[in-house]
Amino acid sequence: MLGDNLPAPATNKVQRHQSREILTATAVWISAGLVIATLVWILTDIAVRGLAQVSLTFLTEEVKDAGRAGGIGPIILSTLLIVSVTLAVAIPLSLATAIALTERIGQDTWFARNVRRCLDVLAGVPSIVFGLFGNAFFAITLGLGYSILSGGLTLACMVLPILIRTSEQAIAAVPNEYRYAAAALGLGRTAALFRVILPAAAPALMAGVVLSIGRALAETAALIFTSGYVARAPESLLDSGRSLSVHIYDMSMNVPGGGSRAYATACVLVGLLLAINATTELLLRLAGLPTRTTSGGRT
Amino acid sequence: MSRSDLTLKFVSRAMAIISAAIVLLILGFLVRESEPALRELGLARFFTDASWHPLSGKFNFTPMIAATLLTSLGAIMIATPLGIASAVFAHFYAPPLLVNWHRRLIELLAGIPSVVFGLWGLVVLAPLVARMGGSGQNLLTATIVLGLMVLPTVALLSDAAIASVPREWIQGAAALGLQRWAIVVKVVLPGARRGIGSGVMLALTRALGETMAVLMLAGNIVEMPKSLLSPARTLNANIALELGYASASHRSVLFVSGLMLMLVVSVIVVGVSRRKGPSDAWR
Repeated sequence: MLGDNLPAPATNKVQRHQSREILTATAVWISAGLVIATLVWILTDIAVRGLAQVSLTFLTEEVKDAGRAGGIGPIILSTLLIVSVTLAVAIPLSLATAIALTERIGQDTWFARNVRRCLDVLAGVPSIVFGLFGNAFFAITLGLGYSILSGGLTLACMVLPILIRTSEQAIAAVPNEYRYAAAALGLGRTAALFRVILPAAAPALMAGVVLSIGRALAETAALIFTSGYVARAPESLLDSGRSLSVHIYDMSMNVPGGGSRAYATACVLVGLLLAINATTELLLRLAGLPTRTTSGGRT
Repeated sequence: MSRSDLTLKFVSRAMAIISAAIVLLILGFLVRESEPALRELGLARFFTDASWHPLSGKFNFTPMIAATLLTSLGAIMIATPLGIASAVFAHFYAPPLLVNWHRRLIELLAGIPSVVFGLWGLVVLAPLVARMGGSGQNLLTATIVLGLMVLPTVALLSDAAIASVPREWIQGAAALGLQRWAIVVKVVLPGARRGIGSGVMLALTRALGETMAVLMLAGNIVEMPKSLLSPARTLNANIALELGYASASHRSVLFVSGLMLMLVVSVIVVGVSRRKGPSDAWR
């Protein structure tokens, strides 16, 4: 780009630089291409092997013959219940924490710094450790057993850091003029928060929620020993229930001949996550935030 | 301050304290559950016992620690060059039309569940690796897939680090007649070194913490790995495989391994956040 336009005197040095330019460009293009090609490979593989088996009956029927026949109806139900429990606990907790971190306390007090540090560590905790904790605390100490409630609560702890971080960003992105205007109209802080700031931040807050749903759907290791393996439709929140991701794991590792059903389930799960990805982006655009605020790896 | 404002202050602060305390609760429970094993067996036995035969009271972690370190470090060695190249591509080489799509795809890669990576590795990658000998479920397969999984962390954090390099440096370098490769290699990458380093360290914590994909791909035999093609079992996979039936001291020993993982990961995370300031947007 830059070198091409030079009236290059044909010295060795310039030639060497030209060849390095070409070499670097090739390496960068190949690396980036390789990564994208692998992603496309994975997605097409899932789609090609899975899509043919996904049908309405597959989505609604009972699990039969350890999953080799029938559908994934009860599993979708369990997954929905687990995610509902997660959100019911995580949303109020994270919203209140985000309010405490943004609206109440200066960005850099001792309190805020340490809360954030704890959350950073929480975000790094390996998912299997969440599984151990959930098993010891929710399932055994609190006596919830292997149940949807244990699984949902464990996942709530897991998505908390990302949900707090996105809520913080959402609240911080509300222009200060809104706060001044509210104050000028004589609204107290609480009224301003609930009537002006949170409504203004709603789309971005929602984006964070949707993103956390994605995280919760993708999780497996934390659920095996908290919500368990049972593939029947759960009758209450205290029944064990198998999530989509646990079903994929079980089908591919523990059930001989379950591979194709694992692919079909993976297809459903990836489809859901793609939809979630698109929704997040849409909501963030609606909120006028750069879509990259939500970027990053898995938690 | 009105009464509703005070209530809000107390409630939100209390919630914030609860959120922050969860990590301490987790730590507390791990310590409580692993305490019997630490007291009865002591730390040394996890390294000096003859083998891993939990049912006959032999608890040697060494092969599994080795497998955990090998897969994680291998994954980092794959993810670092590719991730940095991805970020450089997005900033300096990609045609404007591709930039956004490239980022979006990398974010998509970050969102793919680990079981799906595991499934793909099991059905597609393992047979390819098996041509080099063995069953295909070995360290190499697990490491490649793990590398792919942690790549987005390196790529996105490097991307952010490169974006924060002052534009003047790049313009200055261009004005001095540096070519694109020289600007990237001699100006941008050194300038973004800290951010890229944090990205790599956080990717390492992801790799150390990953369970499912490795569980599905590494073969899960407890032995000291002799080559990249030998099967191995990581600490995380071991917990996932054995917690279901473990009782008494065996269960407690599994919690010890969980505690070790959590401590290592936490030390890295705190180290990175201290270097960068705690609330830096690393996600």
